[in-house]
Amino acid sequence: MLVRKLIPWLSRLLGGSLLLAANSAYAEYGLNLPQGVTEISREVYDLHMLIFWICVVIGAVVFGVMLYSIFHHRKSKGAKAAQFHESTTVEIIWTVVPILILVAMAIPATKTLLKMEDVANADITIKITGYQWKWRYDYLDQNFGFYSVLSTPREQIENTADKSEHYLREVDRPLVVPVGTKVRFLITSNDVIHAWGVPDLAIKKDAIPGFINEVWTLIETPGTYRGQCVELCGKDHGYMPVVVEAKSIEDYQLWVGEQQALALASTEDPDKVWTADELMAKGEQVYATNCAACHMAGGEGVPGAFPALKGSKIATGPIADHSNIVLHGKAGTAMAAFAAQLSDSELAAVITYERNAWGNNTGDSIQPSQVKAAR
Amino acid sequence: MSTATTHDAHHEHQPSGIMRWLTTTNHKDIGTLYLLFSLLMFFIGGAMAMIIRAELFQPGLQMVNPDFFNQMTTMHALVMIFGAVMPAFVGLANWLVPMMIGAPDMALPRMNNWSFWILPFAFLMLLATLFMPGGAPAGGWTLYPPLSLQTGMAFPFLIFAIHMMGMSSIMGAINVVVTIFNMRAPGMTFMKMPLFVWTWLITAYLLIATMPVLAGSVTMLLTDKFFNTSFFNAAGGGDPVMFQHIFWFFGHPEVYILILPAFGIVSQIIPTFARKPLFGYSSMVYATASIAFLSFIVWGHHMFTVGMPIKGELFYMYATMLIAVPTGVKVFNWVSTMWKGSMTFETPMLFAVAFVFLFTIGGFSGLMLAITPVDFQYQETYFVVAHFHYVLVTGAIFAIMAAVYYWIPKWTGNMYDEKLGKLHFWISCISVNVLFFPQHFLGLAGMPRRIPDYAVQFTEFNMISSIGGFVFGLSQLMFAYIVFKTIRGGAKATDQVWEGAHGLEWTLPSPPPYHSFTTAPEVK
Amino acid sequence: MSDTALKQNNQRLLWRMLIVAVAMFGFGYLMVPIYNVFCDITGLNGKTGSVDAQSLDGKVDLSRTITVEFVTSLNETMPWEFRPAVTRMQVHPGEIGTTSFYARNMTGQAMVGQAIPSVSPSAAAAHFNKTECFCFTQQRFEAGQGMDMPVRFVVDKDLPIEIKTLTLSYTFFDITEKVKDTL
Repeated sequence: MLVRKLIPWLSRLLGGSLLLAANSAYAEYGLNLPQGVTEISREVYDLHMLIFWICVVIGAVVFGVMLYSIFHHRKSKGAKAAQFHESTTVEIIWTVVPILILVAMAIPATKTLLKMEDVANADITIKITGYQWKWRYDYLDQNFGFYSVLSTPREQIENTADKSEHYLREVDRPLVVPVGTKVRFLITSNDVIHAWGVPDLAIKKDAIPGFINEVWTLIETPGTYRGQCVELCGKDHGYMPVVVEAKSIEDYQLWVGEQQALALASTEDPDKVWTADELMAKGEQVYATNCAACHMAGGEGVPGAFPALKGSKIATGPIADHSNIVLHGKAGTAMAAFAAQLSDSELAAVITYERNAWGNNTGDSIQPSQVKAAR
Repeated sequence: MSTATTHDAHHEHQPSGIMRWLTTTNHKDIGTLYLLFSLLMFFIGGAMAMIIRAELFQPGLQMVNPDFFNQMTTMHALVMIFGAVMPAFVGLANWLVPMMIGAPDMALPRMNNWSFWILPFAFLMLLATLFMPGGAPAGGWTLYPPLSLQTGMAFPFLIFAIHMMGMSSIMGAINVVVTIFNMRAPGMTFMKMPLFVWTWLITAYLLIATMPVLAGSVTMLLTDKFFNTSFFNAAGGGDPVMFQHIFWFFGHPEVYILILPAFGIVSQIIPTFARKPLFGYSSMVYATASIAFLSFIVWGHHMFTVGMPIKGELFYMYATMLIAVPTGVKVFNWVSTMWKGSMTFETPMLFAVAFVFLFTIGGFSGLMLAITPVDFQYQETYFVVAHFHYVLVTGAIFAIMAAVYYWIPKWTGNMYDEKLGKLHFWISCISVNVLFFPQHFLGLAGMPRRIPDYAVQFTEFNMISSIGGFVFGLSQLMFAYIVFKTIRGGAKATDQVWEGAHGLEWTLPSPPPYHSFTTAPEVK
Repeated sequence: MSDTALKQNNQRLLWRMLIVAVAMFGFGYLMVPIYNVFCDITGLNGKTGSVDAQSLDGKVDLSRTITVEFVTSLNETMPWEFRPAVTRMQVHPGEIGTTSFYARNMTGQAMVGQAIPSVSPSAAAAHFNKTECFCFTQQRFEAGQGMDMPVRFVVDKDLPIEIKTLTLSYTFFDITEKVKDTL
């Protein structure tokens, strides 16, 4: 009977906290797992709720008995201790009953798992590569790909500007997929282990260097779905969001056309001579996206962890050594090789910028054609 | 000075001052050293947790940079697991196992001294990395390569610190095994041993079996970094995922190393205050043994997202769910022990009852995590953080505090301040739930663990959690105050201490003589 | 029990336990070969099998068609160009498939690379066998050198029936520094 009293109390408690969440500005995230936008994510949600309620019921029974005992079997109420201390029958009962409950849980869980692992017959394949600290998406059949980098401005992170609605969950170029289509993701990594996850799709898979993993999804409703890297991958682990934009098939095809055109257009004239100002302007942008996370916007670095560029021997020394490090990285450190990540002009711009910003006034610059030769 | 010192006066030639503690081979002295060391580490690890919670109070970066934040999460885990919880249990075993089985001391007293004195050096080395260029290890306590191989100067120090902690634990565990096997009083058969002794015996086996595996895996990391081996480097034919398999082969039994002695403690305390014998003693022993066995075959559930074949996922899911059965048996037995008892609620009992409640909540979230398809949603989110803090803080640490309140009158001969103890309990119990319960919601809403900054929709629950964290952290200063106050004085404790207490340790005077049982007691 | 007998017993048990501990340290290392054998059998980590061309009986299961996809990656943004000749091809189980991959060293120095194969889904890995592959050996590329590298493979006839597409991924790792050290 105490159990009967307990259930309304529990649901009041739960209802109360739900109310609390509804009042908050971002009620859509609430207290619970999102139901998501795929058949699988809804199945996962149902499974989660099923197990949750089983736990609540077991908890209500066990805690109910315990609370009853705590209130009634106390010495201050004159309770005399019974001396029973063994019963093989009840031991067997409370071994067998939980096993039956577990079997009942395992059956639907197995079914859902089998469905999740069925990657056959996908229409589109996208390769996802984790980098410290960004994602790259390659559309294998359409021959284009791009990096997807956090777009939240540093000022918001450093609290000098108000935080936007999608603070830390926005990127410069989201992953775009069509709705109603089975999309397969091949996931790998360029350096350390990352994990690609979007709760609305009930996907989470590790990206492991040298190895490939696959998952699939079939999104039903157009929209923007957000997640982030979910395996500790170093300093900026918290700053590599995943944004998936699901578009109707027509919009998706339009978008693919644009991207392919863009990919063609970006093949630039290799022999164009850039002015120092052009290089500096472009270099500042490239630096902010690729370098500022470690070497900091002011080039001062993080003492002990990431060297300063401001006044550094490398950024003010021979230009060949400087470009060598930017192009090929430095073994055994977090300094990555940027040769394959950036274009000739981007590299020329960022190297020039580093040599002339923050009082590093070397006055020299490097042209994209020279970078090409140094590769 | 502690009352134990007064005993030295009328005992054999003991060196005094610092040399006494450096050279001691006495199980009580060493137990005290372990417990005080663990208390110190609890506050150091706790201070790190305070930094973490302060940074997470609001979105944005306020206090620390992301790299230092990662150092804090990594070090917090290492210090709490290897510095606070494990030494506390070894300290309790040192104090209690000889007294409970009717022995004069531990079987291998000199090794006992050694196993303790390794620890301060191990942690000196580990904590010193905080002041090195490049800072402390920041790749997570799980040390997954290739990330952990990016650690700078701190790396060899980290690995050797882990080696030393491992050696210390193995020696401590061997001592417990030898003591329990060879030093029991006549008549103290295995099935008469108090449950704390039983759970520690099984824990000791887990330690001896798994700590060397951890040592092996970190040695492989070391040679991968410095000696060109390729155990975990794909380029040389290795596999980074293999590290996770080896690590969790240690790591999952380790989880039970951190909780089995807590089961033992609670199984001692509840019967005392229910004034009723433990329900289902033998089923408790068998349940503990089956948990220990199962702990060796479920490690894969930490790695459901690495992309293992479906058969592997199913096997680990079923095996993990099975652990709920013996764990359930334990909870049911504790509840049945309370049923129709004649209960009083002194501080140790309050902590023990809270343990049963809150550990069970951690058990439920553990069961939810076992379900592979749903685990994909929970994995690496705050739901996991909430889960393991429920089992480790309100589980292991609450049990340790219960043990301290329960046995400190025996150790010191003085009663602790009951009013303060109860106050400490209620503040801790409420604040710890404010701290960890909202983290379930954060995890379900998708907040990953180990991030220094988060999306704005997570703000409210993080604030609540941080406030709970600060209160919980501060209230532990009270615990230290109560402990030291009791050491210095207080109402004299009787030998029996608690009305319903049974067991050999309660037949000794409070405080007990320097050598516990010089003549073996007869156990009927 | 007398004191000396007790001491002897303690010592004996101590040594036994120490031996167990040392053995478990060894077991940690033993897990490496165990893991590799386990992976070979189950394809756990997506590593592929390799067989001699002779051991194939040449019988082809024409009733099934498998799509094999080719994916390439460069670890730590290694400054090479690396791509498959075709992104996908169709084969029957038991049939020998031949394709090639193109790689080019875009730097001004000689470099040594090691390609690591990985097959997904992992259940297919054990049934994917290569008879010829550039991943069997380290590949030395002179400055600016480019090369087509052939791969010959066979998909086992006992590939699980539900698998219709499988992906072969190669990741090139830069091992120039490592090779230098050992020379």
